[in-house]
Amino acid sequence: MGIEQEQPKTLGNGFVTTSLDKLVNWSRAKSLWPMTFGLACCAIEMMATGAARFDLDRMGVLFRASPRQADVIIIAGTVTKKMLPVILTVYEQMPEPRYVIAMGACASSGGIFDTYSVVQGIDEHLPVDVYIPGCPPRPEGLLYGLMKLQEKIMKERNSFGNAIGVGEIVHEA
Amino acid sequence: MATETMTINMGPQHPSTHGVLQLILELDGEIVVKATPHIGFLHRGTEKLSEYRTYHQVIPLTDRLDYLAPMSNNLGYVLAVEKLLGITDLIPARANNIRVIMAELTRLKSHLVWLATHALDIGAMTVFLYAFREREEIVDIYEKVSGARMTSNYFRVGGLSDDLPDGLEAIIRKFAEDMTGHLETYEGLLTGNKIWQKRTMDVGYISGQDAIDIGLSGAALRGSGVDWDLRRDAPYCNYDEYDFEVPVRTEGDTFARYKVRLDEMRQSIRIILQGLDKLKPGPILADCPQVCLPAKKDVVNTIEGLIHHFKIVTEGFKPEAGEVYVGIEAPKGELGYYLVSDGSAKPYRMKVRPPSFVNLQALPQMVEGVLLADVIATIGTLDIVLGEIDR
Amino acid sequence: MSKQVVEKLKSNFGTLVLSDAEYRGETTVTVERSEIVKICTFLRDDCGYNFLSDLCGVDYLGRTPRFEVVYNMYNLTDKTRLRVKVLVDEQSPCVDTVSGVWSTANWHERECWDLMGISFNNHPDLRRILMPADWVGFPLRKDYPLQGPDREPYQGRLS
Repeated sequence: MGIEQEQPKTLGNGFVTTSLDKLVNWSRAKSLWPMTFGLACCAIEMMATGAARFDLDRMGVLFRASPRQADVIIIAGTVTKKMLPVILTVYEQMPEPRYVIAMGACASSGGIFDTYSVVQGIDEHLPVDVYIPGCPPRPEGLLYGLMKLQEKIMKERNSFGNAIGVGEIVHEA
Repeated sequence: MATETMTINMGPQHPSTHGVLQLILELDGEIVVKATPHIGFLHRGTEKLSEYRTYHQVIPLTDRLDYLAPMSNNLGYVLAVEKLLGITDLIPARANNIRVIMAELTRLKSHLVWLATHALDIGAMTVFLYAFREREEIVDIYEKVSGARMTSNYFRVGGLSDDLPDGLEAIIRKFAEDMTGHLETYEGLLTGNKIWQKRTMDVGYISGQDAIDIGLSGAALRGSGVDWDLRRDAPYCNYDEYDFEVPVRTEGDTFARYKVRLDEMRQSIRIILQGLDKLKPGPILADCPQVCLPAKKDVVNTIEGLIHHFKIVTEGFKPEAGEVYVGIEAPKGELGYYLVSDGSAKPYRMKVRPPSFVNLQALPQMVEGVLLADVIATIGTLDIVLGEIDR
Repeated sequence: MSKQVVEKLKSNFGTLVLSDAEYRGETTVTVERSEIVKICTFLRDDCGYNFLSDLCGVDYLGRTPRFEVVYNMYNLTDKTRLRVKVLVDEQSPCVDTVSGVWSTANWHERECWDLMGISFNNHPDLRRILMPADWVGFPLRKDYPLQGPDREPYQGRLS
């Protein structure tokens, strides 16, 4: 009498359901709309990535100012304790499915600012999907991070099921 | 029938790209009755952190203050330390020359981002893409010279960290010559544009006397008729050997500050070309073995070089006890460093006087009685960057 | 030029001027804190120092008086700088505000209060500016830990 493993409720692994999953994943990944959350120096590199040389628009990325219309929040810059409640409010206003990218050393782990007012990494408070190291990361680094997030989204299972209300999204182990 | 004012909150997260600034606005319809800025959302403790690092280790911390003009912050700090040590006269001419060229490129870089974001806020999106395209060229030059696109950490106490790579002078010269044409493009898009004029003329007015009293500096002060530029009035890095003008306008509104900054960009190009003409081969570090890292061949071959290298890297140099205040003309205004030394290898107190911190103080009196949309234009024209304000 | 200003100060304020020094070409005058507003008004109106560049506090832990408030000012017409220092002790860390003399001092004094704990009498709006409003403690003081009171200090070597 062992402990029964609870199988996550999914729509199954048939051909049609996995194709529908792939369709939903593809549509989510190829049109990620980030929320502009530039805090410090990394924000300037994010703006430079969105500008003419390293265009983000060709990846379907459109910066939205309102959290209600965004899929992903790119925390670009140092998170201070004063700013933390604002970030949490904004994150809670984002509709699911939502992803978090921690861009730069300060968002990933506090960076060079090991001081009294800096949160040592936003992953203390938010579930981060992709970390992009660098101080600031090059625009190519941000592009690579976004592509990694796209790969992660493409690997999700039961996304169609979750979209119609049956079960949760299953991430790869 | 009674009326009330409405209090709304703008920020700290808002699409205007100036950073994490919170404005509490009291509105009577669309007219602003009172504006209160709240800052501190990016306070990272740079000043306290600098008390725990040696003088050389503080230079990367200063990069991140005004992250749009990193080499300017480096320059101010390095000049303050050199004044504290008393070695300002020993800096070689080539190092000062390259410092001036880099400082003026930084001024161009910062003003380009100012123009891009200011125009974007008011609605002219094309200028954003054009200005960032030019900024990419300057960032390429930064990368060739120091290795990093933005946070360059290029200057050292006593000179520079590394000489210019081959071929860079031609690249900088070509960029400076092309930039004049680009400035004409921006002027053509904005200056004669009726929409731009309506949005910026008579918006955000401040008189010259008020500006001096509230401590404004930089282009914001010169747009109100006060002729003051630290490069000309308190020269550093041999700025008195360069021939440039200081643009001043008397109207005191957003349009005047816009024209002042565009003219400053033209003068910067002039200084860069003069600097390139003056470049002569020579050393790039002062001849002070206690302070400056010796050349690699001395470190490997002579015992004195090895000892000096070891001491400077592990312990750091120790200036005498004393204090200095050095102010430079950063792109945003007067950037001041007040350094107190107690004779140890770490600064006892480093106070940064950020131009944007003081410029932002003027915001409440500049936006009383204007429309809500003009508040955005005024924030843009003050050219603030929160990394510097909050340190 | 700065010597003349120091002479003028001494002749007008006598015993209030405690000392003056010159280092690397910069003049520093230490004065009593009781009449700082009068001294600053005199410097602004009669000596032409109409631009206050910087106002900050310095913590000399272990020395009495513990704090110093430093005023760095600039004369726009003669293009000279002057530094005025005021000694503040730990038991009553307060100085009169000079925001009536130069309105730029307003935010500088708020920051000094916020980070050092030196309060300014008659300040129009003395509250925290950089730290959150409910923060306890004055971070820039020398006895405040760098990592903050709730985290372990860094154990490694930095240099």
